[in-house]
Amino acid sequence: MKLLVTFSKGKGRKPIIAQAVRDTGVLIAVERAVIDSSAGEALIEVPDDQCRLVRDKMSSLGANVRILDHGILFNESECVDCGACISICPRDVFSFDATFRLIVADERCILCGKCVEACPHDALTMPA
Amino acid sequence: MRKSISEINQRIRDGNARVVTAEEMPGIVAELGEDAALKEVDVVTTGTFGAMCSSGAFLNFGHAEPPIRMERIWLNDVEAYGGLAAVDTYIGATQQSETRGEEYGGAHVLEDLVAGKAVELRASSRGTDCYPRRTIATELLLEHLNQAVMCNPRNAYQRYNAAINTTDRTLHTYMGMLLPNSGNISFSGAGILNPISNDPKLRLIGSGVPIFLCGAPGMVIGEGTQHSSAGGFGTLMVTGDLKQMSQDYLRAATMTGYGVTLYVGLGIPLPVIDKEVVRATAVRDEDINVDLIDYGIPSRNRPALRKVTYAELRSGMVTVNGEEIRTSSLSSFNRARKVAEALKDWVVAGKMELSLPTRKINPKHQVHPMHETVRGPRVADIMDKNIVTIGEREEIRTAALKLLKGSTNHLPVVNENSELVGIVTTFDISKAVANPGKAELVRDIMKKKVIVTTPEEPVDIAVRKLEQNNISALPVVDPERHVVAMLTAIDLGKLFGGRWLK
Repeated sequence: MKLLVTFSKGKGRKPIIAQAVRDTGVLIAVERAVIDSSAGEALIEVPDDQCRLVRDKMSSLGANVRILDHGILFNESECVDCGACISICPRDVFSFDATFRLIVADERCILCGKCVEACPHDALTMPA
Repeated sequence: MRKSISEINQRIRDGNARVVTAEEMPGIVAELGEDAALKEVDVVTTGTFGAMCSSGAFLNFGHAEPPIRMERIWLNDVEAYGGLAAVDTYIGATQQSETRGEEYGGAHVLEDLVAGKAVELRASSRGTDCYPRRTIATELLLEHLNQAVMCNPRNAYQRYNAAINTTDRTLHTYMGMLLPNSGNISFSGAGILNPISNDPKLRLIGSGVPIFLCGAPGMVIGEGTQHSSAGGFGTLMVTGDLKQMSQDYLRAATMTGYGVTLYVGLGIPLPVIDKEVVRATAVRDEDINVDLIDYGIPSRNRPALRKVTYAELRSGMVTVNGEEIRTSSLSSFNRARKVAEALKDWVVAGKMELSLPTRKINPKHQVHPMHETVRGPRVADIMDKNIVTIGEREEIRTAALKLLKGSTNHLPVVNENSELVGIVTTFDISKAVANPGKAELVRDIMKKKVIVTTPEEPVDIAVRKLEQNNISALPVVDPERHVVAMLTAIDLGKLFGGRWLK
């Protein structure tokens, strides 16, 4: 399961992810992280059965944690199966089936948002 | 052996015509041979579905009471052409909304009309004795229009060059998003299914030939604009009744950072009249080459990295300089197939008969670039030739003095051969002074990656470099990387009032 962790400046200096790994013993995979002078955001992957444990730990350390139930939202009726998204995605979420229809493997999605910009047909949106 | 068009049409009427798609044809020819294929197949249907910017429609609204001669016209805030008198207009697909920018445009107005949605018409006029009304605002459905005729000046490109980006920043182009450092390849076109690729000599496709246009029966008007079949880039001007079109084959789109376009589904049935048609329609994706063009070069003459076939492009991966690069199609092959299949169903059901061109399109035509009589400003016209440079081994203090004396904020750094190797700004010097002891020489603090321009470069290109890199000066260099001048934001002021036209 994927968790979106955000933290503000002061707390960004604390090793929140490392602390959570040590305290919970859960191995966390960081899939994407953007940390600048004012705030940080990290998308992490944890085993499904331990996601609440990790969330609670990180929350207690001052981070804002949201469990992401799904990846990028795909509106099939707007999609024309062009494939503009395929080469843009860093995680190979998009591919064609044998009939050149688009397949979306959203479990691989790290919500980077690149495909939203690349889709000419507004068929892909970030979950709210 | 030859088959006449009337023979083929008779078979269509009798329900006996053998109709196949252009995708099926290569296999049939390989299996039966050309002679038997000619005997066996009567019609080959083609299809393409992709972004065709040069599209739009003529609309007639009927007269209002009191009547108006519309001079400026907007449909859902998208301006339409007002030079066709009274109550006609032409709405172009790429025109953008005045209120919603690139997310909505002429293409969306067309799709909304086809989808049965109401569209707001606003228009203004100066008022005349015969047309006294000055403004109008009303909501219209497609069914309220007397005529809604799609008329696309340039559709169905025979093929299109593939795009790559060797620069280090993401580009937003009409070929979609191009990732930096050759991160992806973008292409467009139906290849094996493309109409002109199946009739490259334009023996069958020409004025008056019936087509499938966005789900409606339409017609080829003739040669499309920019038609250049001599180089393999033929285009068609086409028309069809918007009222009979379907959203399945007409979709508005936005290329982020570029603008609005219309995805058009277009197919042409080709009568198999002789062996030459058999041969031409046996074309495969492997046989159709395009150039892979570097869109990082902001010029009409962009270099080609290599040739690629549609077979390679459609495989999802193309090798460039030993590296595998992923491809993305902008056109939909799935929908192109649907166009060819739908057209096949029409012909099989006797809904469309075929005809040969009433007027042929020149297969040897070559497009020309624009004839420009007024040269746009070049960097040489406005650059500042009073330059102050500094050696890379000089002390930071010397640089500070030079900046003060030269009253400039940018100091190009040169090596012993006077070649540009870096740049320092007042910011870099201030930083070095604020943190003493860390660095002493110019080369320790200079920025080594310098964005440069040349005297011949058009100012518009140099200005984009300034904007995109968020900088305010560019060293102007000669081919040996000697600094010959500087172009700063201040020099751009010379453009106003034509002062550069000395």
